[in-house]
Amino acid sequence: MSDINNGGAAPAPATPEPSAARRRLAASGGTGALLRRAGVVGGLAVIAIAIALLKSGSGLVVWQSVVTGLLMGGLYGLIAMGLTLIFGVLDIVNFAHGALLAIAMFIAFGVVQGTGLHPYLTLLVAVPALFLIGAVVHRGLLSGTGGASLENQLLITLGLSLLLENGLLMFFGAEPKNIALPGDFQFSLFGAVVAGGRLYAFVGALLIGAVLFWLLRRTRFGTAIRAVAANGQGAELVGVNVRRVHTVTFGIGTACAGAAAVLAAPLVTVTPTLGEQFNITAFVVVVLGGMGNVAGALVGGLLIGLVEQLTTIYMDGQSSLLGVFAVFLVVLFLRPQGLFGRRA
Amino acid sequence: MTGITITGGRDAAAARPAEAPPLRPQNRQLIVLGVLLLVAIPLPLLLPSAQGAVAVRILIFAIMAIGWNTMSGFGGMFSFGHAAFFGLGAYTSAYLLVNHGVSPWIGMLAGMAVAALAAVVIGYFAFRYKLQGAYFALATFAFAEMLRLIVTTTEFTNKAVGFTVPLIDGSSLWKIQFPADSPAYFWVALALAGIAALISILFLHSRTGRYVTAIRDDELAAASLGAPVMRYKLITVALSAAITAVAGAFYTQYYLFVNPELAFGSSVSVQAIATVVIGGIGTIWGPVVGAVIVGSLSDVTATLLRTPPEFLGFLQGRSGLDVALYAILLIVIVRLLPKGIVGTLTAKLSARRRR
Repeated sequence: MSDINNGGAAPAPATPEPSAARRRLAASGGTGALLRRAGVVGGLAVIAIAIALLKSGSGLVVWQSVVTGLLMGGLYGLIAMGLTLIFGVLDIVNFAHGALLAIAMFIAFGVVQGTGLHPYLTLLVAVPALFLIGAVVHRGLLSGTGGASLENQLLITLGLSLLLENGLLMFFGAEPKNIALPGDFQFSLFGAVVAGGRLYAFVGALLIGAVLFWLLRRTRFGTAIRAVAANGQGAELVGVNVRRVHTVTFGIGTACAGAAAVLAAPLVTVTPTLGEQFNITAFVVVVLGGMGNVAGALVGGLLIGLVEQLTTIYMDGQSSLLGVFAVFLVVLFLRPQGLFGRRA
Repeated sequence: MTGITITGGRDAAAARPAEAPPLRPQNRQLIVLGVLLLVAIPLPLLLPSAQGAVAVRILIFAIMAIGWNTMSGFGGMFSFGHAAFFGLGAYTSAYLLVNHGVSPWIGMLAGMAVAALAAVVIGYFAFRYKLQGAYFALATFAFAEMLRLIVTTTEFTNKAVGFTVPLIDGSSLWKIQFPADSPAYFWVALALAGIAALISILFLHSRTGRYVTAIRDDELAAASLGAPVMRYKLITVALSAAITAVAGAFYTQYYLFVNPELAFGSSVSVQAIATVVIGGIGTIWGPVVGAVIVGSLSDVTATLLRTPPEFLGFLQGRSGLDVALYAILLIVIVRLLPKGIVGTLTAKLSARRRR
């Protein structure tokens, strides 16, 4: 990991303070440092792929994993962007993110079943619905806990996640559900099989990520969000309605999960506990990208998608999540501020 | 926690023998524990057998919760991965019993050792790299999940199948096996829970315990006064893991079965957390009160699901109600009584006493 640490000066990384996370959100993106870090991540990815090549001996197998991993990684990035935005602005570790994603999948499933709409058109329902749910959750449950300990906020979102998951289980049962993508197709990319659904999901995730980025950097409201993230009190003094910014940010964060849910729904079997797995992956991505770093989340998502797929080559018969967790622990210990975070 | 007792102790009592010295908190808590145990002993003879099973489950919850509370309540190190220690206790004793015929008592001790060792290793790295708050919670969570995945795919832990405890003829305390509705299970669990509570009381008032609560309240100040922070944190983490492993080992014996999900699943960690938070985090009796509430709640919901009233008919045969209910309880308690039931009560009482 030493090559990652070259960028900075202090030898021992410390756990960042919340304010540092906020500063990072405000400063994320668009710098030469970011490009250099992206280069390091790219280098790591190349090494990982090379080892996979040696292990499997088959270029095609590795290539297929790389393609599948990157396509899936775009979705992870989108989910993690919502999570990291909420952390960066509100300092809330939202354990309910995955459960909210599962809710969005069931909304998409219900709409497709009920109206026969094309699955992707349910974006028009699921994204606003998730935005509203997020805003309501923030106003009803989390707003006003600002002074409370981190553990309490964590416990509330944990309770919410249990409630949502088990609510889904009670009303819809545990039977898995499928959402078929009409007119799905496959094509070969230099030998690797790519399903149309995966490609759409990847492109959609990147587009939505770009919109979010534009929203944060180029609009008045985005400026307000970044101002609140950087210094809540200061923003309040210059007339920003901090509580509203918090609510809207939480809404946007969950809306990201909603969008990702619709894009991912045709690729997975929908179950009430499905969010759990996405939640775990999203947390890993968030830590990897630097908590509160929106651009880092996207790159981290791609890397984790890659790691997940390559793990099945490294470790035959093991769960792909094992590699994800291993990367997670190493990054947590060696660089808790994330690959793209600045030192506190 | 309890403040520092400057007077009190043997000398002060000897100096004024005419009046009885006020009980120190430690002795008061030990007396309460003794009374609770005495009251609980005849319970299985009085309760119908279905309720007896609930009582045993409550005791398992209580042991697990006392374990979690030691590290996360007294020590302030919020663990999201206590399933790791519960699972290591369950699997070590199950493995030794099933594959080598070792008594579960010895298996339990071995499980405690394995869990404590694992806790020290993960704790060392976490403290060495100064993981705190959400980062520490996520690291412990990842550790438990990794164990679950490894156990699920490893041959010698029987992969996803897990272990089934072989049945013996008759009953044997050495093998911790009794007829299904025997009160002996309750008494063994009660003894284990009693010992766990005793240890947590003694720990809290010990030198190490006082250091640990001081470190929790202000690590920098404690360190600057020369407290060996790392050593005391590791002791606490190891003790917490060992107590939790006892719950795991007994769980296997009582249900005669364990698999990766039951032992290492994240719901185990959540159960430990929810129990303590509802009862009162960082208090001696919080885990016990929480266990009684969570344990009986899951029994109430199970009955409700078997024979639901008219308006809840759609719930027939569905799962999830019990967890949903304690999720609501969790949210309400955190929002309204952030110190939990016991914590809020003691705060109220001491406020009244001061007035």
